[in-house]
Amino acid sequence: MAIELKMPALSPTMEEGTLAKWLVKEGDAVKSGDILAEIETDKATMEFEAVDEGTIAQILVPEGTDGVKVGAPIAMLAAEGEDASAAKPAPKAEEPKEEAPKEEAKPAVPDATTPHQMETAARQLVADVAAAEKAGVDARDPEIPEGTEMVKTTVREALRDAMAEEMRADDRVFVMGEEVAQYQGAYKVTQGLLDEFGDRRVIDTPITEYGFAGVGTGAAMAGLRPIVEFMTFNFAMQAIDHIINSAAKTNYMSGGQMRAPIVFRGPNGAAARVGAQHSQNYGPWYASVPGLIVIAPYSAADAKGLLKAAIRSEDPVVFLENELLYGQSFPVPKLDDFVLPIGKARIAKEGKDVTLVSYSIGVGVALEAAVKLAEEGIDAEVIDLRTLRPLDTETVLKSLAKTNRLVVVEEGWPTCSIASEISAVVMEQGFDDLDAPVLRVTNVDVPLPYAANLEKLALIKADDVVTAAKKVCYKA
Amino acid sequence: MARTPAKSPAAAKPKADPIPNRERPGEPDRYKASKEELLEFYRQMTLIRRFEERAGQLYGLGLIGGFCHLYIGQEAVAVGLQSALNNDTDSVITGYRDHGHMLAYGIDPKLIMAELTGRQAGISKGKGGSMHMFSVEHKFYGGHGIVGAQVSLGTGLAFKHKYANDGGVCLAYFGDGAANQGQVYESMNMAELWKLPIIFVIENNGYAMGTAVGRSSSEDQLYRRGESFRVPGMQVDGMDVLAVRGAIEEALKWVRAGKGPIVMELKTYRYRGHSMSDPAKYRTREEVQAMKDSSDCIDHAKRELEAMGVSEGDLKKIDKDIRQIVAEAADFAEQSPEPNPEELYTDVLVGTY
Repeated sequence: MAIELKMPALSPTMEEGTLAKWLVKEGDAVKSGDILAEIETDKATMEFEAVDEGTIAQILVPEGTDGVKVGAPIAMLAAEGEDASAAKPAPKAEEPKEEAPKEEAKPAVPDATTPHQMETAARQLVADVAAAEKAGVDARDPEIPEGTEMVKTTVREALRDAMAEEMRADDRVFVMGEEVAQYQGAYKVTQGLLDEFGDRRVIDTPITEYGFAGVGTGAAMAGLRPIVEFMTFNFAMQAIDHIINSAAKTNYMSGGQMRAPIVFRGPNGAAARVGAQHSQNYGPWYASVPGLIVIAPYSAADAKGLLKAAIRSEDPVVFLENELLYGQSFPVPKLDDFVLPIGKARIAKEGKDVTLVSYSIGVGVALEAAVKLAEEGIDAEVIDLRTLRPLDTETVLKSLAKTNRLVVVEEGWPTCSIASEISAVVMEQGFDDLDAPVLRVTNVDVPLPYAANLEKLALIKADDVVTAAKKVCYKA
Repeated sequence: MARTPAKSPAAAKPKADPIPNRERPGEPDRYKASKEELLEFYRQMTLIRRFEERAGQLYGLGLIGGFCHLYIGQEAVAVGLQSALNNDTDSVITGYRDHGHMLAYGIDPKLIMAELTGRQAGISKGKGGSMHMFSVEHKFYGGHGIVGAQVSLGTGLAFKHKYANDGGVCLAYFGDGAANQGQVYESMNMAELWKLPIIFVIENNGYAMGTAVGRSSSEDQLYRRGESFRVPGMQVDGMDVLAVRGAIEEALKWVRAGKGPIVMELKTYRYRGHSMSDPAKYRTREEVQAMKDSSDCIDHAKRELEAMGVSEGDLKKIDKDIRQIVAEAADFAEQSPEPNPEELYTDVLVGTY
C-alpha cells in the first residue's frame, strides 16, 4: 500500500529540477499539507507538499541531487496503519516508468499517473525558436562588428543587462513596477537590480497600473528616465490611457516643449495555457498610435541593443517582450555599449524565393518554416521587423523586390494587425513587385482558449507558414 | 471601527463633521451555529482544502496548466460568507482565486476540476481555465483574471439588484492587493452615492503576490478604505468561520435595509504560494507554520465540534467521504475528453451577422 512520491513539475515547461532539501526524514509521519521538500529550478524554489497521509518509508533521492527528472520517484510513503519498513522502494530512482510495488492501490488515490509536462502549444513555439537557433539559420546582425566575441545569453539576462548598463550610465534612469525589487521580478527580468541600485531606483509598486503608469509618465515629463515594468501587457490595459493620452501626445500637444522619455516594458503575447485574459498581443494596438515608438524584439542581442536605445530615446517607447522567449539563449555581442538603431528591421535569414516577415516569437516560427521550406527547395528570406512603429517598410519592400512573394507571420489576431498593415504597405508601394497576393499567417480570430487542444489550434504553427509560402510560390 | 475625520482642505471646512452622529452597522456577534450547521461548515471547508490539495497535485502531474491559485488556508471566508446568502437572489463575484467560492456554492467539484484540466465537461467547456469560471445558474459571475476588475463588475451586479428591486445583494470579493486599484474606489463612491446593495469583501491574506500589505498600502487597516466615501467597514477574523458568519449577518442587515454598501475586511492567510509558480521567499516557513498551527479554520471547527459532542469517528467519516468526492472529481477531470475542435469558434459572439 506504499505510495510513490514523484518529482513534480512546478511550471509548465519544467523538465527536471534540483532536490534542494528534505524537510522530513525516514520514519516521519506526514499529513496533507505538510511540506516535505524544497525543489529548485533555474527560475524558482518551491515547496513540495504532501497530499496523502502516512509515514515516510524511504527517501530515494538524497537532498542536493541535481537533474531529477519530473516524474522520477523521490520517496516512498507508507499509508496510514502500514508498517513503514514494509514499504518497498521503486527499484530505480532514475526511471519514472518503473512501477513501484502498488499491490493494492488505495482507492482514494486513483491518479498514480506519472507526472508529465503540461500540454501546451507554447512549447511548440519555444521549440521552433530553439530549433531555428540550433540550425544556425539566424544570420548575425550587420550592426555587430566583424570578429566581435559573442556570448550565449538568455533574453531575460540581456534585458536585465541593458537596464543595468543604462542605470550605471545615467542616474535619471530608474525601474518601477509590481514585484520588480524584493521579489526580483515576477519573471526575474529585474534580478539583481535592487542589490546593485537600491530602493531609490528599483521600486516596488502596489498593484495600481493606472496610477504608476501615470506616476512614471509624470516623472518623465519632469526629466527622469523611467522604465515602467508591467507584469504583463495584459495588465497595461488598466493603464493604457496614460500610455496613449498622456505619454504619446505630450510632445505634440505642447508644441515640442514637454517630452515623455519613458519606457513601458513587459511580456506581451501568448504564454503557456494562461487563458484569454492573459494572452494577447498588443503590438498592433500600440503601433497604431502616433507619438509612440513600439519595439518587439526576438533575439537576446536585439532585446539588449534595442532596450538600451529605448531607454536613451527622448520619446515614449512601448517595449513588448515575450515570456516564452525569456529563457531562450542567443549569442549577444560582448561590447561595452551595444546599442541598436530603432526603426530598422533585420534580415534574419537571406533567401530569394519568398519573404517571410515577422516579429517577436513569430520570427522563430518563420525561421523554423524556412528550414522546412529549404528541404522542399524553397529558399525563404526571413525579416525580423524588431520595431513595429516606425515600421521599416524599406527593408520589406527591398526584399519583396527580390523574391516577389510575401507572407506575414504574426502571433496575434489577424484583424487590423501588423500583418494587415504590411499587406497594405506592400500593395500601395510594392504592387508591381508582387507575383502573388500577400498571405497572413496569424492566430485564429478568437479569444485564446484554455484547453490544451484548442490552444494548439488557435496559435500559429510553422507548418501553416510552410503551406502559405508554398501557396504564394504556386507550389502548393 | 470609529470613523476618522474626513481630511478636507483646512480652508474649506476647518472642522470635519462630527462623524459619530452617523449611523453605523451593529457590532457583530460570533454566530451561534447548531451542531448540524457547524458540521456543514466543516464539511465544506474540508472539501475545499482537499480539492485544492488535489488540484495542486494535478498541476504537479502536468494535468493542469497556466496559472493555478489555491485557496488553502482561506476556506472559512467563502464558507462563512456564502452560507448566509439567499441563493435565489444574491450574487457573488471574485478574482482569479476562485475555486473555493464555487465549491462553497455547492457547485459540482467534477465540473470545476474538469475545467482545471481543460475538458469539455468543465464548467466553461474547458475554454476558461482556473481563473475564468462562471455559473450564472448559481449567480456566480466569475472568476476574473485582472486584479480589481471584479469590484466594478460587482458594483454593476448590485446596480441590477437595485434597478430590478429584486432584493438581492452582491458579494464582491477582492484581495489586499486589489484593494489598491483605482477602480475599487471609483466603484465604492458610486455604490454609496446610489446606495447599491453590495458588500465589498476584502480577503486580506497579508500578501499581494510577494508584497506584504504594509509595503503596498499606506493605510493597512483595509476595513477603513471606504470611510472617505462614507462606506462603513468592519474587520473580521477570517480564520474563524463562525466569526465570519456572524459578521455577515450584520453586514447583510445593513445592506438589505437599503443603507448602501459596506466593507468587510477578512483577515486570513494563504498557506501556499500566490500561484503554483511562486517561490514564496517573501515570508518565512516559521510564519506559515505558526498560522497553520494556531489559526487553522478547519482545526478550529473540529475542536468546537468535538466540544459539541461530535465523535472523532464521525469527523473521520466526513473526511473519508470528502476524499472520495475529490478523488472522483480528479478521476472525472482526467478521463473526460478535451473539447471538440469546433468549440474553438463557438461563443465568440452571441448573434450571427
